[in-house]
Amino acid sequence: MKLQRSGLVAGIALTATIALTACGSDNEPTPAANGGSSAAAGDCVSGSLTAQGSSAQKNAMDEWIKGYQAKCGSAGAKVDYQGTASGAGIQAFIDGTADFAGSDSALKEEEQPKADAKCVGGKALNLPMVIGPIGVVYNVQGVDGLQLSPSTLAKIFSLKITKWDDPAIKAENPSATLPSANIETVHRADESGTSDNFTKYLSKAAEADWTYGNAKAWKAPGGTAVSKSDGIATKVKNTANTISYVEMSFAENLSLQTAKIKNGAGEYAELNGTNAGKTFENATIKGKDGDLALSIDYNTKTPGAYPIVLVTYEIACSKGSAKAKEVQAFLKYTSSTDGQKALEKVGYAPLPETLRTQVEKSVASIA
Amino acid sequence: MGDYPSRSVNATAGDLAATSSRGQGAGYGASPSNHNEPPLGGGGALPKKSRFSIETGFRALSTASGAMVLVIIVAIAVFLIYKALPALQANTGHFLTQFEWNPNDATPSFGIAAIAFGTVLSSIIALLVAVPVALSIALFLSHYAPKRLATPLGFVIDLLAAVPSVVFGLWGRDVLQSPVRDFSLWLNEYFGWIPLFGGNGPFGQSILLGGLVLAIMVLPIITSLSREVFQQTPGMNEEAALALGATRWEMIRTAVLPYGKPGVIAAVMLGLGRALGETIALAMTLSIKFDISFNLIENGGNSVAANIANAFGEANETGRGALIASGLVLFTITLVVNMTARAIIYRRREFRDNAA
Repeated sequence: MKLQRSGLVAGIALTATIALTACGSDNEPTPAANGGSSAAAGDCVSGSLTAQGSSAQKNAMDEWIKGYQAKCGSAGAKVDYQGTASGAGIQAFIDGTADFAGSDSALKEEEQPKADAKCVGGKALNLPMVIGPIGVVYNVQGVDGLQLSPSTLAKIFSLKITKWDDPAIKAENPSATLPSANIETVHRADESGTSDNFTKYLSKAAEADWTYGNAKAWKAPGGTAVSKSDGIATKVKNTANTISYVEMSFAENLSLQTAKIKNGAGEYAELNGTNAGKTFENATIKGKDGDLALSIDYNTKTPGAYPIVLVTYEIACSKGSAKAKEVQAFLKYTSSTDGQKALEKVGYAPLPETLRTQVEKSVASIA
Repeated sequence: MGDYPSRSVNATAGDLAATSSRGQGAGYGASPSNHNEPPLGGGGALPKKSRFSIETGFRALSTASGAMVLVIIVAIAVFLIYKALPALQANTGHFLTQFEWNPNDATPSFGIAAIAFGTVLSSIIALLVAVPVALSIALFLSHYAPKRLATPLGFVIDLLAAVPSVVFGLWGRDVLQSPVRDFSLWLNEYFGWIPLFGGNGPFGQSILLGGLVLAIMVLPIITSLSREVFQQTPGMNEEAALALGATRWEMIRTAVLPYGKPGVIAAVMLGLGRALGETIALAMTLSIKFDISFNLIENGGNSVAANIANAFGEANETGRGALIASGLVLFTITLVVNMTARAIIYRRREFRDNAA
């Protein structure tokens, strides 16, 4: 009797599957599956997730994990994120040791097929999740609210401008009393996504003055090299006449002076989360079918936009991951208004609403 | 010197105790097995020769351990070479002369010269600063300090060796940097004509800072080993020197230092080994630069281990291979240093034995 019944259930399930698969194109089953999973994902899904990658989003992840655990910990949800490095995170995702990866840049062309191979029947999505404004921090006695254009900034970091009272800096800061001291430029000694994004900004916004391209390793000659973000912040705090770049949270923690940067609209924008978010308001999306790899317009004309920003992605499977449900539930939380709001207090900027809703949509399609 | 006789008395007493207990143990061990016969004499029965006795077992164990060291060393070398070769083949620059480290580019180009030079230079600075201080401390502890002071002071020095290197790195970066910068400015102003102290800044985060932090890190190793060696100077030699009318310094010069020389050299080489391999403290205190410069006070410097720490996280396949190749070079440098040290100690020992 019992055997017969289970045979009956299996039979019905099989028939249903065949029927669903048979009816219509590839797209048909997806909404059906969505309906089921999003109802579940609205709440919590029990199970543990292992992820690693970008250390630039480590603080954001810690905040999210805290929030998510508070909400869903009792339901058995657990997330572990290690801030190793973007490259290491993608490698772990490809090797199958990470359920999703955090990365400072979207998957490269050579990485995409390897990552897609992990997603049976789907592909690896780049989901922008964290916006990190990069502050230009400096330490000059008696100079508040230094204003810099991208071209001056590029000249300073390529050592074409070496004195604080250089005419180019003076022209942009007519009211400031600039000392006649040498500028000590400070950059990251270790390879980092912050350097990559900062040099990407310089190479896009000041093409004529920045000839070193963009890379995780600092390519321009000269300057002082310091390891890690906190090293940069401490160095600038302790050393007069220095200038450097660092994630906003580190600048805030040590209350460093930050420069206002001239954007495409010709305004000098102050460093804060809202202004950084404005840069993304009309960022173009390169990816398709739920992939949201962004192309940032560093010369954005949006009023008030602060243009030196980095965006970090979560890389997750659209389909075919063994932990799709768990990943979806967690990313649903991170892309929610609550999740994004939690970021502000740890020095990141929330995603602008238009982008956030798109991310939410992509997350909902994970199956 | 005061404590030497007492130490030897203790040692003898310990030996005696050990011997007597061993004898007793053997006697007791023999008696229950041969219950009918009285045990033969006080020495106890000789252990029976069996195929798997403790003797052969222990011998096999220690032989295996000895062989293990060789196997591990060879395995490390093979692993390093195996991992490094593809990266070295992909290198478009010359590995020995290129002054840059860009193995992650589409056209990888990297060279070892600058970082190997930085490693050696920072270690030399560390030893130049640390050795005189360490030897003075060791002599003070072994021959000048009253015993009540020497023991706790020795503990404190040993404690210094237990501080994690990241703490030294942080301290060097956040605290020591600004006095070193002021000192560098002073050196530059008055001794700027010497190329070592030339340049026009910025100063502070230099190979001098790295070297000083390293000096503090190797200090406890050199101190505690040298102290041990100095304490073992035969009391007779010291007393003979004093009896001939030598002052305490003359006694140290004629009796203690010659006796301790091989030990001190070994201590210095161990310190050098630590300095060469130090990673995180240098990654935090040097301003990484890929060039060869003898300027000690300008921001700059680099080292093999620090470069590995800085670049490993974001390295791709070739990048990791390149870093492993640099590890291989460090391995070789350390090997050469150790072999040189061995050779020096060996020659000194022969010389002393012949003279004696």
